[in-house]
Amino acid sequence: MSEATPRLAPVRMRRGWLSAMLAILVVAMVSGITVGPADIGPGEVFQELFAGVFGRPSELSAIQQAIIWEIRLPRVVLGGLVGGLLSVAGAAYQGVFRNPLADPYLLGVAAGGGLGATVAIALLPGAGNTWLPIAAFGGALGAVLLTYAVGRSLGGRSAVSLILAGVAVATFFTAVQTYILQRNAETIRQVYSWILGLLATTGWQEVVVVMPYAVICGTGLILLRRLMDVMAVGDEEATSLGISAVQVRATVVVLATLATAAAVAVSGLIGFVGIVIPHTVRLLVGTSYRSLIPLSVVAGAAFLILADLVARTIASPAELPIGVITAFVGAPFFLLVLRTSRRFMS
Amino acid sequence: MRRLKGSLLLVMVLLIAAACGEDSSSGLPEGTQPTTDQVSTTTTVPATTTEVTTPTTAPTTTTVAPTTTTEATTTTTTSPTTTTTTEVAAFPVTVAGVEIPGRPEAIVSLSPTATEMLYGVGAGAQVVAVDDFSNYPPEAPMTDLSGFRPNLEAIAEYSPDLVVMSGNPDEIVSGLEALGIPTLVHSAALSLEDAYQQMRQVGAATGHSEEAEALVTSLQEEITEMVSRYEDIGQGLTFYHEISNDFFSATSGTFIGAVYGLFGLENIADAADPDGFGYPQLSAEYILESDPDLIFYGCAVWCGTTAESIAERPGWNELSAVGNGLLFEVDDDLSSRWGPRLIEFVRIISHTLEQVTNQG
Repeated sequence: MSEATPRLAPVRMRRGWLSAMLAILVVAMVSGITVGPADIGPGEVFQELFAGVFGRPSELSAIQQAIIWEIRLPRVVLGGLVGGLLSVAGAAYQGVFRNPLADPYLLGVAAGGGLGATVAIALLPGAGNTWLPIAAFGGALGAVLLTYAVGRSLGGRSAVSLILAGVAVATFFTAVQTYILQRNAETIRQVYSWILGLLATTGWQEVVVVMPYAVICGTGLILLRRLMDVMAVGDEEATSLGISAVQVRATVVVLATLATAAAVAVSGLIGFVGIVIPHTVRLLVGTSYRSLIPLSVVAGAAFLILADLVARTIASPAELPIGVITAFVGAPFFLLVLRTSRRFMS
Repeated sequence: MRRLKGSLLLVMVLLIAAACGEDSSSGLPEGTQPTTDQVSTTTTVPATTTEVTTPTTAPTTTTVAPTTTTEATTTTTTSPTTTTTTEVAAFPVTVAGVEIPGRPEAIVSLSPTATEMLYGVGAGAQVVAVDDFSNYPPEAPMTDLSGFRPNLEAIAEYSPDLVVMSGNPDEIVSGLEALGIPTLVHSAALSLEDAYQQMRQVGAATGHSEEAEALVTSLQEEITEMVSRYEDIGQGLTFYHEISNDFFSATSGTFIGAVYGLFGLENIADAADPDGFGYPQLSAEYILESDPDLIFYGCAVWCGTTAESIAERPGWNELSAVGNGLLFEVDDDLSSRWGPRLIEFVRIISHTLEQVTNQG
């Protein structure tokens, strides 16, 4: 009985899910800001936030104020942006490639970003910090461009040849990265810590860097979500409806790649968000991209904020790499999703 | 048998001690240490036990004991040529379970710490090749040999009669053993005692036991002096040692931490190490909340960390160490190696505490 109701009122159901997930996001943000290694009570945090917003004098010490305003707040905001971007990019890739295994790193973004970061850390000693985001961003985009070029030369515009090209490019970039690391062994720890993903050194600066991409790519993908529904049926069907499958796919891939590259540039390689979140949303609300895309943004943001909360509190005052947390939750979950989807198919 | 060897050693040490007179204070505990070591573990063998495990020469030396001991005592004060003659008599030796048939003349070092120790004990002239990270001393024959991914063939090409290295990456030691190359493997030192023991082993393995002993004694003396001068200031002060700019630090369980601990400094990283890992990544807000009195930072070259860049980090300008200008660079090579230059690391800390007194 309860299953019949959503079919009758799909729009209302989606709104219900949207508000539920927005509520989860708000809870995640509030916990992210109020909980942390520093011993500041939630009440004090709220007081401080109100004092800050309404320009009242603060009751906390200068260091406690700095912890809230300059460390926790930007970290929560950045976690949300990165999580939303990775998740929506994953959902978009899965749609246009019609491949449930597609993730934001599919076309070589991770390997390219990793190579860029490694080059910045190992070959630009001292200047690595400034150049790291730029190099990671450049490497990520470069790898995808190469994948595109190779994919086209392999066999026209089919999605499969693009994915295979991505595998080849990623393998090659990883080999180069490993070689550079072996030659500069003293940088291994630093590169490794970046690869596992890091929000540990975050400030408002990173938020400013990633914000334009979040706005442009997020809005773009949300606007294209109806076309993705058509694409999901098949290239020929889309063409018969007067939609250029190639153009739509290219636009979506560009937006999703930019989103991923921006996220990678400021936070390293955080895995599994792009697979786990879209599939979870699919299980909950169905496969329509109309709901899937916006809900993935919200759910991805909430998930990464919570994962980061775990990363910085579970071993407090030590940090755990956030990539470990997302993978720890992500891998078993992914298996669950696979099991469930196999049951659907058979 | 062991007891017999142990007592034999004791007799020899007593003889030497009697001959030296003044040295007896340092000689006695030196001699007793190995015997207890032998009872508990047979793996770690300090330098002095080497004489025990030379069975072919041991019986003869007991009969001619008076002459050899006097020779040994005179050499400490006289020319280096006589040193070599007595040292040659020490071979073959067994150091840390490794048998070294004769005085090595073609040593390959695969670790920067080992290289610094070899030169520190005066075995520099016997070194033919050092790995690509051994950048000190400058005269060390740096090659592109890797201690990180060692290549057996490349090492063998130098036909070494002794290889000194840190750890056993890729099971390289069994390969070297198969080639009949004696290999002295050191693990990372966790305390000053570990470092001293490794220096003595390097000395014994290369025929420079006395220089090694002298080196250890001079290090011990200077460190004791500096600690006694500054520990009152250091007592109760908190510090943060930054390994890299993503806030990795070292706890008191590490060699770095042990050196700070000498001065009674309190390490903020200790709270972050429940599982004894040693090098935790601290959370930024914890560092801010701890508000350490002193900040020591490494990674100046690779991360480009400076006192200014630390002050520019979000929120860090509120730290009292930043306000008081108590940020100090620690050269990565100094803090990550436990060779003779550890004294310079100790000097940096002393210099820091000197500055605190001037402020206070």
